[in-house]
Amino acid sequence: MTETRISDADVELRSASRELRSDIIRMIAKAGSGHPGGSLSAIDILAALYLKVLRHRPAEPLWPERDRLVLSKGHACPALYAVMARCGYFPRQQLDTLRVLGSPLQGHPDRLRLAGIEASTGSLGQGLSIALGMALAARMDRSERRVFCVLGDGEMQEGQVWEAAMAAPKFALENLTAVVDMNGGQIDGPTREVMDIEPLAEKFRAFRWEAREVDGHDFKALLPALQAPGSKGRPVAVLAKTVKGKGVSFMEGGIDWHGKAPTAEEAARALRELEGGKS
Amino acid sequence: MTAKATRQSFGEALAELGAKDPRIVVLDADLAKSTMSLPFAKRFPERHFEFGIAESNMIGAAAGLALCGKVPVVTSFACFLTGRLESIRISVAYMKTNVKLVGTHAGIGIGDDGASQMALEDIAAMRALPGMTVLQPADDLETRQAVEWMLAHDGPVYLRLTRQKVPDVHAADYRFQPGRADAVFEPAKRSPKLQATVFASGGTVGEAVEAARGLESRGFAVRVLNCASLAPFDAEAVAKACADSQRLVSVEDHNENGGLGGALCEAASRVGGVPVVRLGVRSFGESGLSEELYEKHGLSAAHIAEACIRNL
Repeated sequence: MTETRISDADVELRSASRELRSDIIRMIAKAGSGHPGGSLSAIDILAALYLKVLRHRPAEPLWPERDRLVLSKGHACPALYAVMARCGYFPRQQLDTLRVLGSPLQGHPDRLRLAGIEASTGSLGQGLSIALGMALAARMDRSERRVFCVLGDGEMQEGQVWEAAMAAPKFALENLTAVVDMNGGQIDGPTREVMDIEPLAEKFRAFRWEAREVDGHDFKALLPALQAPGSKGRPVAVLAKTVKGKGVSFMEGGIDWHGKAPTAEEAARALRELEGGKS
Repeated sequence: MTAKATRQSFGEALAELGAKDPRIVVLDADLAKSTMSLPFAKRFPERHFEFGIAESNMIGAAAGLALCGKVPVVTSFACFLTGRLESIRISVAYMKTNVKLVGTHAGIGIGDDGASQMALEDIAAMRALPGMTVLQPADDLETRQAVEWMLAHDGPVYLRLTRQKVPDVHAADYRFQPGRADAVFEPAKRSPKLQATVFASGGTVGEAVEAARGLESRGFAVRVLNCASLAPFDAEAVAKACADSQRLVSVEDHNENGGLGGALCEAASRVGGVPVVRLGVRSFGESGLSEELYEKHGLSAAHIAEACIRNL
C-alpha cells in the first residue's frame, strides 16, 4: 500500500473507529455488563483488520478462501461484534442484544451462534493454537489465505501460548500473524505487576518469530505491520502498544474498567466525548 | 483366540483408512511409537504433524485444522491427553470441532510404568462434556470398526485404548454400532432370572467373559454386555437387564466413579429396583504386571465372579 493510500485509509479508519467505540459503549451499557477496557484498546486493531486487511465476504461468511481471524482475547468481543456489524455480517441493531438470552451475541464469542465467528473463545490461551492449526491447513491446501490471532498481553501469561509460539516457526507458518493488544492491564492490576511478560519482542524473536512493535492506535504504523506476511518461514508477531479504555477520558488507563459496564450517565458522557471527536 | 493391544489395531486401521480419505491428518506429542500412529506417519508424512511434548497446543491446532475441513486425529497417552481438559472443553467440545482424541495406555492395565501414566478419570471427564462421543473398544475387530466409524463421523470423539494385549471377544460377523451395548456372553440356561448382567468395557471384557464362563460351569447364569460406547450409553440394554437380572455389575479399568459404573447407575436409576455393584479402581494406580494389578484392584475374573453371586 502506497503512502497516499495509507493516509486515505488512516482518515477513513479514524472516523470508523470513533463510531465503533460509540457502538461498544452503547452495547455494553445496554447489556449492563461486559469488558469496555480491552474492547476499546483492541478496536483499532480489529477495525484495521476487518476494514482494510482481511480478505473476507461478509455476505458469504463461510467462503473457503477467506482469511481467518481468531479473537483469542474473547472478552473483547464487543469490539469484534461492532466491526462485524459495520461490515454487514448482521444488522447493526442486533448489537443491542449483547448478552441477552437467545442472542447470537454471547458474552464471549460463540462460532455456533454467530456466522463469521471463526473460533469460540473466552478461555484465554487457546486462540493461537487454533490459529496455528488454521494456518497449517492453509499451507496443506496450498492456499494464500492468512490467519490472524488477536491476543491480550495478560493472556501471554498462559503456557499454551508459548507452546504455540514454539510450534509456529517449526511449521514455517509465514501466513500466521499474532497481534498482541498491549494495553498493560488485567483484572488484578497492571500486567507488569501481576506477572510481567516483558521483554515480549525479545521473547518472540528468541522463538524465531518476526516481531513488529507498533503503536496500536496509529493506523499509519498498524496497517503496514498487519499487511505484510512473514518471510523466511517466520510467523509475525505485531506487538501493538495500546491504551486500555482508549477514547473515553475517564476510562483510559483505568484497570477498574476492565470488566465493568458504564452507568447510563457514564455512557452518555463517553458518547458525548466520542461523538465530539475528542479521541 | 488371538490377543492384540487395541492401540495396535487402531494404528493399523488408521494407516489403512488414511489412504481412503485425504482429509485425515494425525497429530502427535512425542509418543507416536507408543500410540501406534507411526505407521500412518510413515505412510503419509505430509499429513503427520509432530507437536512435541505440548499437548494443549496440539489439541488447539487440531481444532484449527478441523475448522478448515481436515479430520485431525490426535494421539497421546490417555492421561496426558484428557489431562488437558480445558483445551478439550473449549476448543473441541464447546466448538464442536471434528477432532478425534485417541488416548492409549488407559488404566492400570498398562502395568509397570505406574500411577502417573495411568488414566483413571478420563472417561468421567470426557463423558461430562456435552456432545463428546466416548468409545472404548474391546478387541481387534471392534477397534478397527470403531476407528472407521469415528473417522466418518462428524463431531468430537474420544477413543480410549489399551496398551496391553486383549483377547478377541467378538464373532467375525460383529458390527460396531455407536450407542449400543452388545452381548459377548449369554448363558445357555436362565431360571427364572439371571444371577447378574455384567457391564464391561475395554480391558475388562475378556475377564468378565472368563468369569461368566466359570460361573456357568458352576450352575450360575450370568450375561456379559460389552459397552464400547460410554457416551452415548445404551440405556435400553440397562432397562432390559433390570427386567431379567437379579443384579447389575459394572467392571472397568477406570475410577469406580464417573465412568462405566457411573453411566450404569444413571441409567439404572431411571428403572429402579435392581442393585448395582460397581467394580472399578478406588485409588491411583501403581507399578506391577497387568494381571497382578487387575487381581489386586478387584478387576480379575475371580473378583467379577464373586461380585455376581456374593450375598448383597
